Amino acid sequence: MSNLPSHARVVVIGCGIVGNSVAYHLGRLGWRDILLLDKGPLPNPGGSTGHASNFIYLVDHSKEMTALTVDSVNQYKDLGVFTESGGIEVARTKERMQELTRRMASARSWGIEPVSLVSPAEVRSLVPYIDESIILGGFYTPGVGVVDSLRAGTMMRERGQAAGAITVSAKTEVLGIDVEHGRVKRVHTTNGDIEAETIVITCGVWSPRIARMAGAHIPLTPAVHQMIDVGPVPRFAGAKSDIEHPIVRDMDTNMYERQAGGDLEIGSYAHRPILYDPEDIPPIEKAALSPTEFPFTQADFEVQMQHALELMPEIVGDEKVGVKYAINGILSLTPDGMPVLGESPDVRGLWAAAAVWVKEGPGTGKAIAEWMVHGESEIDLHSSDIARFHEHQKTRAHVRARAAEGFNKTYGIVHPSEQWASNRNVRLSPFNARERELGATFFEAAGWERPQWYDSNAPLLEEFGEKVTRRSAEWESRWWSPIINAEHLAMRERAGLFDLSAFTIFDIVGPGALPSVQSVALRQMDVPVGKVVYTPVLSHNGGFRSDLTIMRLAEERFRVVTGGASGMSDRKWFADHLAADGTAQLADLTTTLTTIGLWGPQAREILAKVTSDDVSNDAFKFGTCRTIEVDTLRVLASRISYVGDLGWELYIPMDQGLKLWDLLWEAGKAHGLAPCGIGVYGTTGRLEKGYRAHGNELETEYNVVEAGMASPRVKEEDFVGKAAHLRHREEEPAAIMCTLTVDDHTSKSGEKRYMLGREPIVTRDGKRIVDRKGRGSYVTSAGAGPSIGKHILMAYLPPEHAVVGTPLAVEYMGERYPVTVAVAGATPVFDPDNLRIKA
Amino acid sequence: MKVLVCVKRVPFTGGKMVLAAGDMSLETKHLGFTISPHEECGVEEAVRLIEANQGESVVVTLGPPEAAEQLRDTMALGIDRAIHLQTDGSEWDAQGTAAAIVDAIRTDETASGPFDLIFFGNESADSGGFQVGLRVAYSLGRPCVTGLKKITLQGSQVRCEQEVEGGRDVYVVPLPVVVTVKEGLNLPRYPSVPGRLRAARKPVITSAPARPAPRLELIRLAVPEGKGKSVEVLGTGPSAAPAVVEMLRKAGVI
Repeated sequence: MSNLPSHARVVVIGCGIVGNSVAYHLGRLGWRDILLLDKGPLPNPGGSTGHASNFIYLVDHSKEMTALTVDSVNQYKDLGVFTESGGIEVARTKERMQELTRRMASARSWGIEPVSLVSPAEVRSLVPYIDESIILGGFYTPGVGVVDSLRAGTMMRERGQAAGAITVSAKTEVLGIDVEHGRVKRVHTTNGDIEAETIVITCGVWSPRIARMAGAHIPLTPAVHQMIDVGPVPRFAGAKSDIEHPIVRDMDTNMYERQAGGDLEIGSYAHRPILYDPEDIPPIEKAALSPTEFPFTQADFEVQMQHALELMPEIVGDEKVGVKYAINGILSLTPDGMPVLGESPDVRGLWAAAAVWVKEGPGTGKAIAEWMVHGESEIDLHSSDIARFHEHQKTRAHVRARAAEGFNKTYGIVHPSEQWASNRNVRLSPFNARERELGATFFEAAGWERPQWYDSNAPLLEEFGEKVTRRSAEWESRWWSPIINAEHLAMRERAGLFDLSAFTIFDIVGPGALPSVQSVALRQMDVPVGKVVYTPVLSHNGGFRSDLTIMRLAEERFRVVTGGASGMSDRKWFADHLAADGTAQLADLTTTLTTIGLWGPQAREILAKVTSDDVSNDAFKFGTCRTIEVDTLRVLASRISYVGDLGWELYIPMDQGLKLWDLLWEAGKAHGLAPCGIGVYGTTGRLEKGYRAHGNELETEYNVVEAGMASPRVKEEDFVGKAAHLRHREEEPAAIMCTLTVDDHTSKSGEKRYMLGREPIVTRDGKRIVDRKGRGSYVTSAGAGPSIGKHILMAYLPPEHAVVGTPLAVEYMGERYPVTVAVAGATPVFDPDNLRIKA
Repeated sequence: MKVLVCVKRVPFTGGKMVLAAGDMSLETKHLGFTISPHEECGVEEAVRLIEANQGESVVVTLGPPEAAEQLRDTMALGIDRAIHLQTDGSEWDAQGTAAAIVDAIRTDETASGPFDLIFFGNESADSGGFQVGLRVAYSLGRPCVTGLKKITLQGSQVRCEQEVEGGRDVYVVPLPVVVTVKEGLNLPRYPSVPGRLRAARKPVITSAPARPAPRLELIRLAVPEGKGKSVEVLGTGPSAAPAVVEMLRKAGVI
């Protein structure tokens, strides 16, 4: 029976839309000996692709998801399986209407056109069976459509077979994966064993099970999405195609309705989260329908029927229109709502492309193939990187808790700063008890609880009076406090104390340490011991993979400090680039060390009070680090700043952290030291100084020259992305990172509004701004600049607009606000000569 | 008129029958539940009779608390109200089941008048005992006709057509009567959404009859050896057409 090869360059496990696409694109990019397996029969092996509703909305607030979706639509179109129907997201509430203006903004930021806000009457004219009296309006995207994902997968698979790149084996179940020396070696199947250099897991809800065979984790959970099909609909009798009317998303009820030939399909994300274990998914022979179509649970759909009846009474209220089909379809949910893509940090050569829906399937397949073949994909996938998960985020309990919480937000109005409610207080800094006493409001970062601001600072509001901007609009006041701005001013005037425990910290040690860090850092790392270097980390194409600081603590010891969010993927990147001869090791110190930030004009005096070491400017220069004694503690002090003021990051073993906090607190009292939250550290302090942040300003899509971060010289030593970087230095940048300030916040209603980020930057007369590489301008970060008295926006602008004083506009909540380019390039709007940090 | 339909919650088996450990029951972890196809036709017939003649349709089941889902399903199709004889999920034999149903019928008839017609499926889809309908009719002292493919109400009588080899036997029976029906009696409708919503508000009377000592003992279940489903690929592309046509001919479709 077995006609399997004994060896394959890559084994792709799973013939859904993702697996077919990955295999096809690997072949297209020149790989051969691709073996594509599925335990089910073809063309529908029984996974989630087989029962997907197959419609594609284009606009998502996530740039990454929108990019993957747009690329997928283009591929579906090329395959001839895309039917454009248009789609309307309808609003029943005022809050939703406001949200739809945000959808408009995202569409404009990511370049989805045309889109429009439509009145209830216009919705009715597009969808004549809707009761427009219960809606307030809609967001219309004519480019929305329906695809035949099974057909698309089949075509891609067959093209790869015809090209001699892909061998396909259906009804072949994977029984085990051998790992040797941390690398995949062999796949055991019911049809024999295959030696393989690389394995890609593309088996949707089964992915965690297959990954476990190799000792790896794919954090996702199977979850139910309910769907019913009603018909025959008299109005659709004689329908010439599968879909002739726009698909409606009834956003406020978490539901959708779409024509499916002569029937209407009604789907819901509104029911209670119903989660399963991957082990609960039955084999094909035990499944009543297909393995991923579970029996319908009527009780969970009662309210949804009522909602559908309200919106489409003509069809849903028709006694002759019956519920012909109803399933609990199984799909994949992850703890943060993003897919799980890339090479596993657990096992080399083991790749995942999981928790991917039909709408982004082909684009994801292409991106993964590019990543495997070229080392990176055209679309920046950092939010989907499988290496992003911290240990606790891979646990079953965490995955289930967050997936359950996220499920009902599928169509939700999610604030950009919205915090998770479940599974909190996982990682606590040694200062947590003190912070609670100070009335901290905690935001989560990588599982750490970090104070965003402190209620104990409320008296500062009075002290700084008019200088602290208040916000009256509910949306911008949510997950925010004016206290943040007051803390900022207290730091700028006196000093602030910051909990920076969420840093990811690891040392690169050994004789090969220097070449290891040199190979990934843009900046020169062969610096004297005691130097601190802030450096971008580039991708092969010279885009930003990350940015972080590296301290040289000894000839053969470098300490890498990076943010919690990107910490795990940064760690994998450094681990992957350790000297090949084994002379360097990586030691993770994240939970060994804690960090306190002490900044402000009074920082030196406060520190000097608790240390006998000389911390004067002459003795302790900016950009250096050394161990000092604070009372009985040995503290690694690093004189750098992310907030633009004099001061230090102070590293101390976790167990002694509280003592250091208390010593600084006592010493600071006389100097007006204020505890400051991440609101200052991550936003107000940073933006006044124009410091770029990974995931905001820094993405693989942009390069060092565009970000205004090119140094006068490039180091001799080789590093990842060097060739591309040298090329970028020769080119005229297509866009330049700029700092803009908002000229007038007054909306038409007279209320002052404050942008939060990701909004489109347009010309004063409302035209989109697009650079010569086709990238639209949008707000990468937004926030208050209390010391300059202005709201600050950062954005990449094409050179013709990247000129100080250029008047432009930002679109926010359906209105345009005037803005002006304050800085083009890296100069900060506050303390442009950096006198404060060097004081 | 007043009609009653008796239904039983049974697993919806789409795939292979799999026995749970111990071979005493079906593995239902991955299965949904439904009522027997014969009973679906009984429900449809009852709903049509009341639509045409007015009155009241009632559904009764003996089963676990979850069997309430099946009662709602039938009410979504138009049945007016339900009687749930709740069990703890243990299997009742035909004698015990029939006795409980008879008690329920007597109680209901005392309160709101006699049933003109009582429908059973010819046999249940799971245990297939063929007994409950007959036992109920016997206890009530009413005529019973089994295995019906067609029912026509003729004044105070009902014309019953029973499929037999080579044709049909026809019985004309006076009301009240107990009938057992088979799939093919009619084409059951799908529930409408308004029907589903109404079903949630319809009354269900629940009681818990005592289980009499069973006189029938389940020793063990076994899945009969069989060929099972098999798939034969007839070819791919246009060249497969003749083989497909040949298959359709053999099947008598063309």
